This record gives sequence, C-alpha cells and structure tokens, in this order.
Amino acid sequence: MSLRSEASSAEAVTAGPGPSESRPSWYRRPLPRFVAGRFLASLVILFGITLISFMLTQAVPADPAVAALGQQATPAQLANYREVHGLDDPLVVQYVHYMKNLLHGNLGVSQQTHNSVMADLGSFVPATLELALLAMVMATVIGVGFGILAALYRDRWPDHVLRVVSLSGISVPVFWLALVLLYLFFYVWGLLPGGGRLDPSMTPPPHVTGMYTVDALLHGQWSVFVNALQHVILPSAVLAASSIGLLTRYTRSAVLDVIDQDYVRAARAQGLSERTVVFGYVLRAALPSVITVIGLLFANVLTGAVLVENIFAWPGIGRYGYQAASTLDLPAIMGVSLFVALVYLVVNFVVDLLYGVLDPRIRVT
Amino acid sequence: MTDLETMPIAQKRATLPMRLRRRRLPASLRRPLAITGLVIVVIWVIVMVAAPLIAHQDPINPSSELLSAPSGAHWFGTDELGRDVFSRVIHASRVSLPLGFLLVVIAVSIGCLVGAVAGFFGGWVDSLLMRLVDIVFAFPAIILAMVVTAVLGPSLQNAVLALALVTWPTYARVVRGLVLSAGRAEYVQSVRLLGASSTRALRKDVAPNVVGPVLVLATLDIGNAILLLAGLSFLGLGAQPPNPEWGAMVSEGTANFQAWWIGTFPGLAMFSVVLAFNFIGDSLRDAIDPRSSWGSGERS
Repeated sequence: MSLRSEASSAEAVTAGPGPSESRPSWYRRPLPRFVAGRFLASLVILFGITLISFMLTQAVPADPAVAALGQQATPAQLANYREVHGLDDPLVVQYVHYMKNLLHGNLGVSQQTHNSVMADLGSFVPATLELALLAMVMATVIGVGFGILAALYRDRWPDHVLRVVSLSGISVPVFWLALVLLYLFFYVWGLLPGGGRLDPSMTPPPHVTGMYTVDALLHGQWSVFVNALQHVILPSAVLAASSIGLLTRYTRSAVLDVIDQDYVRAARAQGLSERTVVFGYVLRAALPSVITVIGLLFANVLTGAVLVENIFAWPGIGRYGYQAASTLDLPAIMGVSLFVALVYLVVNFVVDLLYGVLDPRIRVT
Repeated sequence: MTDLETMPIAQKRATLPMRLRRRRLPASLRRPLAITGLVIVVIWVIVMVAAPLIAHQDPINPSSELLSAPSGAHWFGTDELGRDVFSRVIHASRVSLPLGFLLVVIAVSIGCLVGAVAGFFGGWVDSLLMRLVDIVFAFPAIILAMVVTAVLGPSLQNAVLALALVTWPTYARVVRGLVLSAGRAEYVQSVRLLGASSTRALRKDVAPNVVGPVLVLATLDIGNAILLLAGLSFLGLGAQPPNPEWGAMVSEGTANFQAWWIGTFPGLAMFSVVLAFNFIGDSLRDAIDPRSSWGSGERS
C-alpha cells in the first residue's frame, strides 16, 4: 500500500512542473486525480494479465486442435480447424484476435463442460460468492472483535490467548481443518450435511442472484433457506479461519496505533463511556488500516476456496479453476484467471478509494 | 499515524494512560511463544534427520494390516494399503521441511534480485519491474501455480518451481523499498560523494540494511511455504504416491473418511510445524516493529 502511494506520488512529481492552467480542471482537485490515477494503474495491470495468460496458453504443450477434435481427427480436419481458428497466424495476430473476442465478452468454449466460459462463470461465480461473502462476514465480525479485545487487554491474558488463537488460524492447513470438521459435524455427530450446496431431494430456488440462501429468502422458501444455510456454514467457517487470524493481528496493531493518542485520552478525560471511546474514537481512526486488509483477505479467501470447494464438492469457481488447470482446459483457465484478477483489481480499487475517503491525507500525498 | 511513528518509545510510554499500565507478567514468561516455537522446530529437525531411527516400519511398502485403528503396534494406525501412518508422518518431514525451506530460498533470491535492481536503477527499469510485480500479484497465485504444475507435470520439484514463481513479488517489493530508503540515507550519499563505487555502497552500506528484515520475512514465510506445498500435494499436483507427504496423506484421509487417523495425524504434524514457524516469525516481527509488539512496554 505504502509503496503504491509512493509510486503514484512520484508520477505526480515527474508530471509536475507545467503551468497548472494547461491541465484539465479535475487534475488540480486531489480526489478525482487520485481516482483517475488508480483507475489507469488498474487498467495497465489488467492488460498485463491478458498478456500473461495468453503467453501461458502458448507455452502449454497441448494442441488446441487435437483437444477440440479428438485423437481420431484426420490431418486435413486438423489443418482446417487451425485455419478456421487462426492457429497458424503469427502470435501478435492471435493476441489481437483474442483481445477482440474478449472485449466482446467472448471467452471461448470450455473443453470440459462444452459450455461457453462466460456461461460457466455465470453459474459458478454465485456459488463461490455465497461462500466467500459469508466467510468474509464471519472473519470481519470475529477478527475485528478479537483485535479490539486484544488491544484493550494489551499484554494481559486475553491478549496472549488471542495471539495464540490468531496464529493458529493462520497456521492451520485449510484442507485439514475441513476434513476434521467434516468428520466431527457430519460423520460423528450428523449435525451438518457432508457437501454440495443443497440436499439432492431439494429443488434449488428460482434464479435471481444465484446464491441459494438469498434466492430462497427472496421467494420465502424457508425449508430451502435452512437447508442451503446448513450446507454453506461449514465450508465458509473453514474459509474464514485464516482471515480471522490475519484480521485479529491487523486490527490489534491498528487500534494500538491510535489508543495512546492525546485525543483518545481527552475523550476519556471528558468522562465519555468506554464504549463511546472505543467505537466512536479509537475504531473510527483505526478503520482505514483495517479496511486495507480486506484486499489482502480476498486473495487469502480465494486460495482457500480452491481447496475448500474441492473438499465440500462445492460447485464454485475454485473447483472449476482446479479442474480446468488439471485438464489444461485453456479457455476456462484464462476465463477464471481474468475474472479473479478483475475482481482483485476492483476490490483493491474500491479499498484504495475508501482509504482515500476515510483518510484524506492519503489523497494529497 | 506519522508523528506517532517518529515519537521515541519512551515518550510514547509517557503518554500511555495510567489505566493501561496494569501489572504484567514477568518478562521471562512473556516470551514463551518464541521459545516454544524454537523448541518445536528443533524437535522436528531432529526427527527429520533421525527419521529411520524413530520410525522403524516401512513408510512405502504395503502390508496386510489394512485400515487398522491406532494401537500399540501402530501408534497412528495403518492406511488403506496397510502402511504405518506414524512412520509415514515421520518420513514426510524429510519432504516438507527442506522443500519449504528451498521454496523460500528461491523466492527470496528472485525477489531480492528484482527488488535490488528496481530500487538501485530506478526510473523506467523500476516502473517496468514494479508493474510486473503488480501483475503477478493480481494474477490468482494458486491458479497460476496449478497451471504451471499441470504444464510441467505434477511432481514436487515442479510444485516448488511453480510456487516460487508466484511468491517472489512480495520480496521484490520489500527489498525495493529497503534499497530505496537505504540508498537515500545521508551516510550512503556521503560515501558515494567520497568516491566509493556503487558496488561498494551496495555491498557495504545498503545490503546490511536489507538482510535483516528480509530474513524475518523469510522465516515468517517458511510456514506459509510448507502450507502452500502441502496444498498443491493435497490437490494431487505435488508429491506423487507412494511417497509420504503430509498434504497428500490428508488427501488420502478424505478418501477414507471413517478411518480418521489417516488424515488427522499428518495434518497435526503440519499444523505443529507451521505454528512453530509462525510463533518464531511473530516474535521476530515484534523485535523489528516494537510499536505493535506484544509486551513492548516492558522492553522500552
């Protein structure tokens, strides 16, 4: 974060000395300039990602023509396929062609599902979103709570206990935690279902968002909602574990950064209640640093999702990406990578903006 | 935030409200985490070296005792092929520990090189390299690693390579920042003015400022590296059967659900190693960044 703002300030300086009248009016206002700068940087990165994923597909030894037509295809058929899909063109031409398709929203056809990658993403993304959102909510509530608690009880036993808890959350192998919890809650106690999004006997709710719990609620289908919730709770709890650990640590140090400050002492001296001091004064100032971590958590949750979705047979984008990678399904790999990168950039962009809004100092630097 | 950073700790402590200065545990009891971590790591290293002496049973060849529960003969039970789980857990340490270490070494080397070049040359070299770092950051690491191992063929070596490819950018960023700040320091500028060559300045003045923080980061990362490697092995992209590896063993555990011991013990082993490294790394971080450390008031 700090390096990024440093880089952008360097750019601002090198762009600097010209007469300010020649610049568009927004340039002199810090916030729009801040937004525009971040946006441009994101576009450059996105472009780089299309380039890398394209080069990756070129490095793969598999022949797309053979993959599409099967081993029995005659050389003439293969040549024809290559001709039609432009596989014999120079790489630059192929890349331009690929980008053209991409900008039209065409990501190609997945070799494993035989659907367009776009349609596949449309059906798998909501499942992951449901999982990840619940995990993030759990992580935020518990992690921030733990962090505040640890900071308030600094160096006393709750702090020490929470430190071990937080480090355990970071250290526990996600797939092992999933296995242990599944064994206990599903196999031994029979409290929760073993995998999937819904019991086989249930029909999914009508598609609105694609998230079963939300859709079921929207249509007032209580039994479906409860069933979907039972399915999602265990995988998202597993997914939340390491994020809880990270958030606890970051919140703690963010709160400690401000808790010693004069204005907090002044607030206490005025006789404000502990709750007002903590939530109104300390947390308000610690919030920007905590929000920054959300971008970090996202990468964390996604890595976990690949593993967790595989264990819980959760038909999400992590499982799709894993299957695509292990079968070298190139269009699907590129689709998943681009999508994830896009979300990552959007999340970081929003986080940067929020940071700028919450902490005005960052805009002018 | 800024003025607090520059404020000396003693002064900060003076601004600490009275109610926060409660009685604390004695100093020796408040550093137990680092010591616990160190002890666990040392134990594991001994186990790793002496694995054949500790676990007598064959970790690879099947026997006739399939899926037997933990007992006196088989402390951790046997798996679906009748192999002793205890023996496999012990022998697997010879895979995960050195490879986790190797992975970090490779990532640190690439990261240091890129970061040092970017920080030293600056200008367009810097911008170019840092955009590259941004791109690798935005690329979903685990998916990139999965694709690379799938292309190269699933094996432990390839898993290490693939993970090194996605983990170096963190170091590149840190090293670049450190090189930049050290290079701007007045004493380095003075040495250059006195006619010292840039290599001398880099080697004698900049490098010592970079090594410490990078070592801490690397220690913190060994646990992480072990987890990532085990994750790839769990997905079948790392260690190949019949070789024992913790992640792959947990994966065998998911296939034999009722035999809980197959997956539980390798997972516990992994957990203990990673936790130990994180205990050490966390304490090291305290030493570097006393602001948010546990027990900083006492040391200041």
